[in-house]
Amino acid sequence: MSRSDRGFVVAGGTVVDPASGVLGPADVLISEGRVRAVGGGLSRDGLPVLDVSGRLVLPGLVDIHVHLREPGEEWKEDIASGTRAAAAGGFVAVAAMANTRPPIDSAAAVSFVLDRARSAGPVRVYPVGAVTKGQKGEELAEMGDMRQAGAVAFSDDGQPIRSAEMMRCALQYAGMLGVPVISHCQDPDLSAGGLMNLGLTSTRLGLRGIPTQAEEVMVYRDLALCALTGSRVHIAHVSAADSVEVLRRARARGVNATAEATPHHLILTDRAVEESRFDAATRVDPPLRSEADRRALAAALQEGVIDCIATDHAPHHRDDKEVEFAYAASGISGLETALPLIYTHLVVPGALELGRAVACLTEGPARVLGLPHGTLAPGASADLVVVDVEREMAVDPMEFYSRGKNTPFAGWRLRGWPVLTLIGGAVAYHRPGWLKLPEWLEPAGGLGLAGRVAAPA
Amino acid sequence: MTFREKAEILDADGIRRALVRVAHEVVERNKGGEGLVLVGIRRRGVPLAARLASILKEIEGLEVPLGILDITLYRDDLASRRDQPTVHSTRVPFDIEGKRVVLVDDVLYTGRTVRAALDALMDLGRPECIQLAVLIDRGHRELPIRADYVGKNLPTSRKELVRVRLTETDGEDRVVIEEPEAG
Amino acid sequence: MPLKSKDVLGLKEMEPSEIELVLDTAASMRDILGRTIKKVPTLRGRTVVTLFYEASTRTRASFELAAKYLSADTISVTAATSSVQKGETLKDTARTLEVMGADVVVMRHPASGACHFLASRVRASVVNGGDGTHEHPTQALLDMFTIRRHKGRLKGLVVAIVGDIYHSRVARSNIIGLVKMGAEVRVAGPATLLPPCLEELGARAYSRVEPALEGADVVMALRLQLERQQRGLFPSTREYARLYGIDRNRLSLARPDALLMHPGPMNRGVEVCSYVADGPASVIEEQVTNGVAVRMALLYLLLGGGGDGS
Repeated sequence: MSRSDRGFVVAGGTVVDPASGVLGPADVLISEGRVRAVGGGLSRDGLPVLDVSGRLVLPGLVDIHVHLREPGEEWKEDIASGTRAAAAGGFVAVAAMANTRPPIDSAAAVSFVLDRARSAGPVRVYPVGAVTKGQKGEELAEMGDMRQAGAVAFSDDGQPIRSAEMMRCALQYAGMLGVPVISHCQDPDLSAGGLMNLGLTSTRLGLRGIPTQAEEVMVYRDLALCALTGSRVHIAHVSAADSVEVLRRARARGVNATAEATPHHLILTDRAVEESRFDAATRVDPPLRSEADRRALAAALQEGVIDCIATDHAPHHRDDKEVEFAYAASGISGLETALPLIYTHLVVPGALELGRAVACLTEGPARVLGLPHGTLAPGASADLVVVDVEREMAVDPMEFYSRGKNTPFAGWRLRGWPVLTLIGGAVAYHRPGWLKLPEWLEPAGGLGLAGRVAAPA
Repeated sequence: MTFREKAEILDADGIRRALVRVAHEVVERNKGGEGLVLVGIRRRGVPLAARLASILKEIEGLEVPLGILDITLYRDDLASRRDQPTVHSTRVPFDIEGKRVVLVDDVLYTGRTVRAALDALMDLGRPECIQLAVLIDRGHRELPIRADYVGKNLPTSRKELVRVRLTETDGEDRVVIEEPEAG
Repeated sequence: MPLKSKDVLGLKEMEPSEIELVLDTAASMRDILGRTIKKVPTLRGRTVVTLFYEASTRTRASFELAAKYLSADTISVTAATSSVQKGETLKDTARTLEVMGADVVVMRHPASGACHFLASRVRASVVNGGDGTHEHPTQALLDMFTIRRHKGRLKGLVVAIVGDIYHSRVARSNIIGLVKMGAEVRVAGPATLLPPCLEELGARAYSRVEPALEGADVVMALRLQLERQQRGLFPSTREYARLYGIDRNRLSLARPDALLMHPGPMNRGVEVCSYVADGPASVIEEQVTNGVAVRMALLYLLLGGGGDGS
């Protein structure tokens, strides 16, 4: 029996656990993989101590929108590399989108993802099933089977569901199964051929613009169908102020909808496309919007109109990005920069309170999908992340665990880096040199501590 | 590197006397001046050519057509220089076919400018002959070129700088030799 | 340095003083075009590659002539590309050009920003010969050169650009360049062919052509891409011609000494009627000659020429 089996104390940190209303200096007592107590002076009983003085201690982060690319596009990412990236970003649970090749549109595919995730490491992977067979938008996929196999939501994310009737049926059916439909809201005609946000910058750059209304009309449609069916819709990656307004009004009427925003939409604007001189790293779907949209998203998060932050982690191979802007794949590899970006660019400047930011990365997303994560309440799995808010470090994509090195944030100097991720009280990630780990602390099972996966050349 | 004046070579009077002498030689060599044209090389060859023209009119009553040659596009050192001069227009408003062309420049040094000017002139037509008039010949030729008329021969070291200053371009008439500041 | 950048990617990147320098240098280059021997030895031993991913007759010919008049060697590469990656990627093409030792690469490409992509990957100077619906800087420079040649200035002139502003890289470069040089730019076209935020670029937008032409010093008609009709952006070329075509009546709204310009190739009877295209106001053919002079100036300036000092 090793020392930590008796339990240990994570001592000296500042605990931020919005779910249980704790925000302040506190120790966390952990034994048998669970949180036993949170409070002052827990280290006096002679239990081993993990000293995290000066650091923040948060519940393990939850990301309900990631693309792990397996099966089918393992050169971009696989479940092993993606979950390692998650742990390095402070995430202990992720919901994996269904737009793999082939899509996750059957119980067998859901089981495959779960199996791969179990052998990959300690980070929990929750599969999202496809709404329609092959994500073609034509026939409902076998949602019931997938639900039984472990799917936690349904989505054709990557593509909007063009037909309102199909969306209605999907909502009714998913509602019957007690899970939401996650909707990628973008009118396919209004956005056809679009490469960036419609506005001054698109006019200057001569890149075809996508109006915010392409999102707004679909958000409106889906919320109306939500009201019609009584089922729940979750609006993925809200990007526009107009969509926020539609959402705010619907929620005030009691429509059963939730929503997420991504770090990149909360921090960047369409100016990034111009400032980066057409760098395809800034190409993302939905596109980066205006400063007014960006501010509206941050306000909506603070206010609660948007429930959570999700990365829309979309890893790509460099060959998919080192091309002309119009030919590049859309998306940003986001898991490993989300927390420091939110901390440095929203919390520090005061756009988002620390407690709210943490809620949006923990209990908020957990509640959207009904996942047993996001709190350090006694009895909860000892999933936590220790965060250094003092030390500044530049984003270096080549250091990512993710195979996707695609980020517009390369070189950005950030604070708020995760230094230790515990899952079930065991080490899922440790940033070497940033925190001294006692020998008795055990590595989490699986491949969680295996090395960084280099991107294939 | 900064330079300081070492000696004055010619003053305004000296320049005038040198040009008058050159004008006489031109008339003499060209047997009265039939078919004679003057072409100044930008920049300081241009006012010198104009002065020669007016002296020729004074002493012989000759109306000699005047042209301006910009040799920028004919330089052989484009690749190695970072401060190429702006391209100005070449203005030779007459046909040089069969003419006796006197090229005029301020200083003859390596010969490369004259080489470029010869190429530039040839692209404009086929003159009967081309002669070269310079105010100063400072030696150190890198090409087999010599002047037909020289205002003043001036032995120099390669380190030194010969500065021709003319009223039209520089506000005064003066030729000085400069040497690098010590240290 | 004569030009700040090693590349000519767009007029957005150029300072007014650089534009002036190009236009002044082009004036000297134009003299050469009037000579019997239209060749100077300036760029001997230099290599200019034209890399065209889109069909073009005049721009390519214009660049090649410009290079040849300056005695540079030219290689022309025609390439196919698409989003589904047939053939070599632009990244690999860039490496090939680099190894071949090109001094200047003139590229035309259907994707906006492709020249920026290339420029960041080669040591050679990249000249944008038209990228997607972004910019066509050499066309705008030759247009400005043509205007300045006739009007003696750009500042204070009223220039009306008529047609498909949304998809026109010629319009975009001209708006940016002319506004920089102090001209008053008006643009006119059907609402479906006007992009948003034109005012913020400094241009006034009109959906009726007549008020845009009122008192204009220059009228520039743009080529109408007929495939836009299939996308539903305008109902028919017949209606377009009736509402936006430049004819004698419309041209008479401009100043009596107004210039008529067109970047070519023209759809006669659509954006411009033959009476005015061939009439006294037209400088359309002269634009072609000036294009060679402007491109000579750019090649000269990019390859080291043009600073002050001697």
